[in-house]
Amino acid sequence: MCTMILERVAVSGAGKREQGWFSLSHASVTYDHPFHVRLEHALNIDFVDDGGGPSDRLAVELEPDSARALARAILSALERGDEAGV
Amino acid sequence: MHEYRTDMYEGMLAETVAFPGDGGELLSAYLARPLGPGPYPGVVLIHHLPGWDEYYREATRRFAYHGYLAICPDLYQREGHGTPEDVAAMVRGVGGVADDQVVADMAGAARYLRALPSHNGRVGVFGTCSGGRHAYLAACRTDDFDAAVDCWGGRVVMSEEELTEKQPVAPIDYTESLSAPLLGLFGAEDRSPTPEQVQQHEEELRRHGKEYEFHMYEGAGHGFFYHDRGAYRVEQAMDGWGKLFDFLGRHLA
Repeated sequence: MCTMILERVAVSGAGKREQGWFSLSHASVTYDHPFHVRLEHALNIDFVDDGGGPSDRLAVELEPDSARALARAILSALERGDEAGV
Repeated sequence: MHEYRTDMYEGMLAETVAFPGDGGELLSAYLARPLGPGPYPGVVLIHHLPGWDEYYREATRRFAYHGYLAICPDLYQREGHGTPEDVAAMVRGVGGVADDQVVADMAGAARYLRALPSHNGRVGVFGTCSGGRHAYLAACRTDDFDAAVDCWGGRVVMSEEELTEKQPVAPIDYTESLSAPLLGLFGAEDRSPTPEQVQQHEEELRRHGKEYEFHMYEGAGHGFFYHDRGAYRVEQAMDGWGKLFDFLGRHLA
């Protein structure tokens, strides 16, 4: 592990894989080496169910600016929901 | 470095084996060895963050091609089985593996090699990325190795804030007990370790009078051996492999 930058957060919800939906217990947010994208370091999110095995995950690997844009978009959408009272 | 001639016989066996790791627990390992009576030197390979993957299997066979009994243990086996990526992601999500466990696993792998009938009695340890850091730890904390190769191991130098329950001591703090000659290969554009951290490590080695050689490659960053990734730098990588086999040849033959 070359940076070991890890934020582990409990989440409640569900994720979908090819095999169907599964419950999520937490997300591992790391800024470390990705597996797929051609970057030395990426913002990686693994959504997992603690009761599952290694293959029970939803993974994204994002270029840092994309990750920041995503974080802003999530917060913006939530704020709009709050404003709308829904 | 092994120079092949077209009139030479060549053969190797590469397969999954089991060996006793930390606490005697049986772990899977990929073993590649030349076919022949030997005696051959041994090398323990410590895989990188992406796990016990195809790159490391290729690297293990590369060592065998060059005349080494090469073993690469699955450091992440305790987290379960799946694709190397999925298992490595799970390990990444729990803060990695414990240094104590890795060091004990590597010592077990070295003992496995020493028990092979075609072994010459000498064992090196090689690792890249997190494996480079682990290789340094193994050479500092055990007497099982006769040479060590740290390729761009990040977090050999660690701040207090970076220490965790699994990685409680910065490897650089074990330098006094380094028990084998050390080769370090690094990229000048790497951010983990930075050239400044490599220099700090080198100063510590010098302070303790350790036998080492470090090479810092211009135009290369992290992981410049990985031909399957964008970080690959052919000239630096080939020079690095040459230096690596020269170093191991001098210390393990």
